[in-house]
Amino acid sequence: MGSGFLLILIGLWGILTRTHIIHIIVSFSVVDTGVHLIMVAAGYLHLRTAPILSEGLTASDAPALVVDPLPQALVLTAIVIGLGVTALMLAFALRIHEKNDTLEIKNIERLRW
Amino acid sequence: MIRSLGIVLTLIGVAFLFFSLFQVYETPLELNESASYYAANTAEETGSANLVSAIVVTYRGLDTLGEVTILFLTSSIISYLLKTKKEGSLRRFRESSELLKTASALLLPFIILLGVFIFVHGHLSPGGGFQGGAVLASALVLLLVTDPLYAVQSRLLSLIESSSGFLYVLLGLSGLLFAGGFLDNRVLPTGRVGELFSAGLIPLIYILIGLKVGTELSNLLSVFHSVQGHELKEDEGGMR
Repeated sequence: MGSGFLLILIGLWGILTRTHIIHIIVSFSVVDTGVHLIMVAAGYLHLRTAPILSEGLTASDAPALVVDPLPQALVLTAIVIGLGVTALMLAFALRIHEKNDTLEIKNIERLRW
Repeated sequence: MIRSLGIVLTLIGVAFLFFSLFQVYETPLELNESASYYAANTAEETGSANLVSAIVVTYRGLDTLGEVTILFLTSSIISYLLKTKKEGSLRRFRESSELLKTASALLLPFIILLGVFIFVHGHLSPGGGFQGGAVLASALVLLLVTDPLYAVQSRLLSLIESSSGFLYVLLGLSGLLFAGGFLDNRVLPTGRVGELFSAGLIPLIYILIGLKVGTELSNLLSVFHSVQGHELKEDEGGMR
């Protein structure tokens, strides 16, 4: 879980300091990964197994043996949404590149802050 | 100067927030109420061995429908944004090597088979529609790397995509008619836990999701790929 928080911080730093649009998009993905790590870690219980039933793991003793399946399902959703957002950002980056012939924010007047 | 100071202050502030969160967090020793409900009753109620799949497809099926819709929206927005005006762009690149060609021809069927295996067995083993779909799309990546001129049949892809999306909603509605509610999987018998033909609608829905995600991602890939060809043309003599 600590590494998840660390990844979010690294990503935030990247978003705030980088000036190349592709770098910023990669930073967004790093933040995304950090959030997923934290969510999965929040559902983890010490020394328990994956929430998949098999011969050695029947439904009756599952509650005492498996980790929380709900955060994993939510992270699955979050990963797919993250992929969609990243793809959209890349598409916009391509458009910006077509208009301005550069991806460096410093060289694009309208995107400066 | 002021800007970098602001950045440092923001980062320190966020780090402090995270640290205080991290400090008070204790790993629970027991599953909470909803989780233990899922763990105890999923097998009986849905017949699915993979609890995560059961949650994704049945208990939170509406979320997944929304998720698939978002993916569809993304893919259509990107197709709209990156529509290339000029058809038949001129591209120059090196012929791919014999090694790459042979290897990809050898590997492609197995990659597609793996993808199909992953989403057909979504209710039994780790994986499911989204993962299988991603594997399917990775087959297209290999194809496009080997043969950049490969003409992706986007018509066929869109047809598969929209029909599987439509069938997904229809299956969900059938739950409304024949079982407990929208996206209820007990339209078909749940069978014995751990068998391929079990878990009611879950495998069917996961196959549809797998096809839909696979074709959507392939569509995205081919759109990005066609844009790349377009740009190569603009700076003439771009080599790959």
